[in-house]
Amino acid sequence: MTGADVAITIATDRCIGAAMCALTAPEVFTQDDEGVSRLLPGAPVRAHDGRVREAVRACPVQAITVHDD
Amino acid sequence: MTETTSPPAASEAPAYPMTRSCPYRMPVGYEELRERGPLTKVTLYDGRQVWLVAGNEVGRTLFPDPRLSSNVLHPNFPFLAPRIAAQTQQRAAPPLVGVDDPEHGRQRRMVIPGFGIRRIAALRPEIERIAEGLVDDMIERGSPAELLSQYALPLPSAAICALLGVPYEDRGYFDERSRHVLSSAGEDEADRARTAFTEILTYLHDLIARKEKQPGDGLIDELIAHQLSEGSVDTHELAMVCSLLLVSGHETTSNMIALGTVTLLEHPEQLARVRADDTLLPGAVEELMRFTSIGDVLMRVAVEDIEIAGQTIRAGDGVAMSTMLMNRDPHAWDDPDTFDITRSSGRHVAFGYGIHQCIGQNLARAEMEIAFRTLFRRIPGLRVPVASDRLPLNAPYVLQGVAELPVEW
Repeated sequence: MTGADVAITIATDRCIGAAMCALTAPEVFTQDDEGVSRLLPGAPVRAHDGRVREAVRACPVQAITVHDD
Repeated sequence: MTETTSPPAASEAPAYPMTRSCPYRMPVGYEELRERGPLTKVTLYDGRQVWLVAGNEVGRTLFPDPRLSSNVLHPNFPFLAPRIAAQTQQRAAPPLVGVDDPEHGRQRRMVIPGFGIRRIAALRPEIERIAEGLVDDMIERGSPAELLSQYALPLPSAAICALLGVPYEDRGYFDERSRHVLSSAGEDEADRARTAFTEILTYLHDLIARKEKQPGDGLIDELIAHQLSEGSVDTHELAMVCSLLLVSGHETTSNMIALGTVTLLEHPEQLARVRADDTLLPGAVEELMRFTSIGDVLMRVAVEDIEIAGQTIRAGDGVAMSTMLMNRDPHAWDDPDTFDITRSSGRHVAFGYGIHQCIGQNLARAEMEIAFRTLFRRIPGLRVPVASDRLPLNAPYVLQGVAELPVEW
């Protein structure tokens, strides 16, 4: 549903610390002290957010999933 | 006598790799390779045919595919030149870049905290000091200068040494040796490359021993304090990993700084825009990466059959991933051969893609931004007295770039 909040998951075991997500959509993604990507707590994410889609595409190991309902 | 078999015509599988005549343009033969399609065949120096990946989508699908191996010790692993084959076989598999998961993943996870974006952001003031100091020296010595040895090489050298915790006074030791390891071209330089690598490795063994007694402040110290003391890595592997980071950290960005300077100077309107508006700089760096694609050819070997783009890559086949062709794919960018700092170049694969994507990419971005900003601000009249197609270039099977860069102001 366009415009609704969506769930995003990061397969942190697969993350290689390239930080492409945090560079592409810094309002949604960050890195922890281990260099592994994390979601920013409370970040508003909408299904139509083009930058989140671009971050999914930019991830070199395809570790980010957007769950549309 | 009737020939029953004949070797394929050269046009069916052209000789590869190809030599650039201008350091930032595609080799002449690339036009034809690009027109042939996203996945075709080329012939290596030893007569072996391997797959050439030229399409951006096909490349982005294949790079993360675990059926393509980076294991240089695989008996079918393809090499671009006899020198690289000999060097690799004598050295055993280099960590990170020459191994597959799970070994790769364990090594990568060990070092990624050192390359996190906050860590790199904190290093920026130090990189700025380094750049300013090098320009001070260059101005003091006066025009003309040689930009590679006076700026483009010592800047990333000092930055990676700062990140790793290599003492400042030891830094000069690596500048020449790193160059020999990655960019030395002729067959006669193979010995020099081997010696340089051995010396760097020996130095790191000594440094680790010194740091165990007297810890300092850097990624090597953190690795000693955690992974080494916990036993998840031994001294030899740690030295190998650190030497790889040290050498890679020198040579890649130095080629980008020198070649990026040439490219910007030969596109003066775009350079003027970058100088007038600092916010254009990160985009300009991405476009320089896409446009020049200095790490053009990344080799893999298939360990299982892969069906892709209407073809079958068989287990044991060699695969050459051309980042330059993927970065100049007309399906991915309009006018891909035009240098345009305002384009969205986010889908380039100049840092690679998949599990081996460059670990130092955000350090490299910071270094390039600072290097270009500082250089063109401090020396606004900088020029290269020779046309770019007259500059001496690196061999086609190593990192692309200029072998020296004379400048005046």
